Amino acid sequence: MTGIDAATEKVARVKPPHRKGRAWRQIRDSRVLLLMCVPAVIFFLVFSYAPLPGSWIAFTNFNYRDGIFGSPFVGFKNFEFLIKSGQLWLLTRNTILYNLAFIVLGNILQIALAIMLNEIRMKYFKKITQAVMFLPYFISVVLVGVIAFNLLNYDTGALNALIEQTGGDPIKIYSTAGAWPIIIILVHLWQSTGYGSIVYFAAIMGIDRGLFEAAAIDGANAWQRIRYIILPSLKPTFIILLLFSLGGIMRGNFGLFWNLVGNNAALFQATDIIETSVYRMILAQNNFTSSTAVGLYQSLFGFALVMLANGIVRRINKDYALF
Amino acid sequence: MHSSDVGIRATDKTARIVTVTELVTTADGKGRRNNPPRRIKLDRSDWTLRTISYITVSLFALFCALPFVLILSASFSSESEIMKTGFGLLPKGFTFEAYSYIFKAPRQIIGSYAVTILMTVFGTAIGLLVISMTGYALFRQDFPFRNGISFFIYFTTLFSAGLAPTYLWIARDLGLRGSYLAVFLQLLMTPWLIILMKNFMRTVPYEIVESGKVDGAGDFRIFWQLSLPMMKPALATVGLFLALGYWNEWYLSSLYLGSTVEFKPLQYHLYNIINTANALKNSVAGSNVSWTELPSNTLKMASAVVATGPIVLLYPFVQKYFVSGITVGAVKG
Repeated sequence: MTGIDAATEKVARVKPPHRKGRAWRQIRDSRVLLLMCVPAVIFFLVFSYAPLPGSWIAFTNFNYRDGIFGSPFVGFKNFEFLIKSGQLWLLTRNTILYNLAFIVLGNILQIALAIMLNEIRMKYFKKITQAVMFLPYFISVVLVGVIAFNLLNYDTGALNALIEQTGGDPIKIYSTAGAWPIIIILVHLWQSTGYGSIVYFAAIMGIDRGLFEAAAIDGANAWQRIRYIILPSLKPTFIILLLFSLGGIMRGNFGLFWNLVGNNAALFQATDIIETSVYRMILAQNNFTSSTAVGLYQSLFGFALVMLANGIVRRINKDYALF
Repeated sequence: MHSSDVGIRATDKTARIVTVTELVTTADGKGRRNNPPRRIKLDRSDWTLRTISYITVSLFALFCALPFVLILSASFSSESEIMKTGFGLLPKGFTFEAYSYIFKAPRQIIGSYAVTILMTVFGTAIGLLVISMTGYALFRQDFPFRNGISFFIYFTTLFSAGLAPTYLWIARDLGLRGSYLAVFLQLLMTPWLIILMKNFMRTVPYEIVESGKVDGAGDFRIFWQLSLPMMKPALATVGLFLALGYWNEWYLSSLYLGSTVEFKPLQYHLYNIINTANALKNSVAGSNVSWTELPSNTLKMASAVVATGPIVLLYPFVQKYFVSGITVGAVKG
C-alpha cells in the first residue's frame, strides 16, 4: 500500500516540472511529421494569413506613399459611401439572387438527371452521355466566354444567324441587360449540372436494391418508386448540400461572370456581383479602399453564414458537420 | 475518430457504384450470375419513365456538346462566309485559313504553350509532394498537432482577406507583380485538395503504419515507401485537379502578370485574343497582315481550339479520377 502511495506521490511530484517538457517532447517525437507539414503551413501563412491585416485599408483613406497603416484613418466612411450610393445593396442583391437561382435550379436538375441516369441500362450509352455531360466542367472558363461570343455577338453570332434565316430581326444581346440573368443561369447550368449530378447518382446507387424489389412486389409503379423510395433517400444528401451552398451564398463565381459580361457597363445593373465589382475597382480604377471595404463586408457576412449553416447541419447530423 | 469514418464511407460508396452498376447492367442484359436478381416485370410506367429518361439524357448530352461543335466548325470556316451569314453548326466554306495564320507565326502560341506546360508539370509535381506530405501527417492519428494544423489550414476557407489586401501584399510587398511566381506559387495547393488527400489516405490500412513503426522505420520512410505506393488513385485525382488548375489558369495571370510578360499562360493568352483587338493582331505578328485582311472571327475560334485541344483529348483517360474527386471530396469539402 505504502509502496503504491509512494509511487503515485512520486508521479504526482514529478508531473509539474514534467509538463513543461511534455510539449517539447511531443515536438521532438513527431518532428518528422511536423516537418512534413511545414511547407503547407508556410504557404498558408504567406498567401492567406499575411494579407489579413491589410483589411485595415477598409477604414483608411489609403494611398501608396503612406502605406496601409500610415494612411489617414477615416472610420466607417468607406462603408457609408458604399451604402449611400446603393452599390453595396446592388452587389449583395445580385450575388445572392444569382446564387439562389443556381442552387435551386441546379439541385432540381441534378436530382432529375441522376434519377434518369439511374434508368439508363445501356452501358455504353451511359458512359458516353456522362462523359459529354462532364466535359463543360472540365474546360477553362475563358472558353466559355468564347462560346458566348460565338453564339451571341451581334454581327456574326450563331443565334442572330438563326434569327435572320427565319426572317427575324437580329437582337443586340450585349446591350440588353434583361437577357443576361437568363443567359448566365443557363450557362452555369450547362457547365455544372452534369458534374453535380454525380453526388446524387452515387446516393441513388447506395440505396438498398431490396427496397426496389419489395416495392415492385407490392405493385408500385415507376412514379411511386421515385416518390416513395428515391426522393426520400436523397433527402439527407440534398439538405446537407443545400445548407453548405447556402453558407457560400455570398461568394460569386467570378470567372463565369467576368468572361460572359466583362467590362460591359450597360449590363452592370443586372450582372454585377461582388467579385466582378472588386476586380474592376482594383484593375481599372486602382481603388483599394472601396474594394477592401466590400471584400471585408463579404468575408464577415460569408463567415457568419457558414457558421450558421454548419451549426444547423451539426444539429441534424453531427457526422456531416464540417467542424 | 468519427470524422475518419466519413472518408471510408465515401470511398466505399465509390466502390459500390461500380459493383451496383455492373449488377444492374448484367441483371438487365444477358448476364447470368449464380444469384440472379429477381426479374422484375416492367409495367407501363416503367417503360414510360425509361423512354423519357433516354430521350432527356440524350437531349441534355447534345445540349452540352453543341457549343464545342460550334467552336470547332467556326474555326474551319472562311471569314468571308461568316461575315455574310454568321456562325453555324457546320463549317461554312471549309478552310484551314485561320489555323494557317496561327502557325505562320507560331512564336506567341509556342511560347504560351511552353509557359503553361512548364507550370503545369512542375506545379503538379511540387504541389502533389507537399499536399501528400501534409495529408499524410494530418491522417496520422498519433500526430499530436493534427487538429491544430488542420484548423489552421481549414480556417483560410472560412475567413479570408479580400482580393484587394491580398493583391497589395503579393504584388507590392512581396514584389511579385510581373513574375510568373505570383501565379505558380498561388496555385500549388488549396485547403480542399489537402482535405481530399487526407480523406483518401484513410483507404490506406493503419496497420501499415504500425507495422512500419514496429520494424523501426522513420515516419518519412513509412510515408514514402509504404503509404505512398498505395495512394495511386488519390495521387491521380489530386494531381488531375492541380494540373487542371494550372492549365485553365487565366485569373491570377490577369491580376499579376497583365502585359508585363512576353509569353502569357495559354488561357490568359486566349482571353486577350478574345477581348482585345490588339492581342489578336499581335498573336499573328510577324506574318505582316493588315487589319482588314485579318480573319478575326475565325481566328478567335481557331485560337480557342488550339488552346483547349490537348486537355480535351486527355479527358477520356482521366475522367474516372475526375469523378472520384467529387464522390470522395463532396462529403466533406
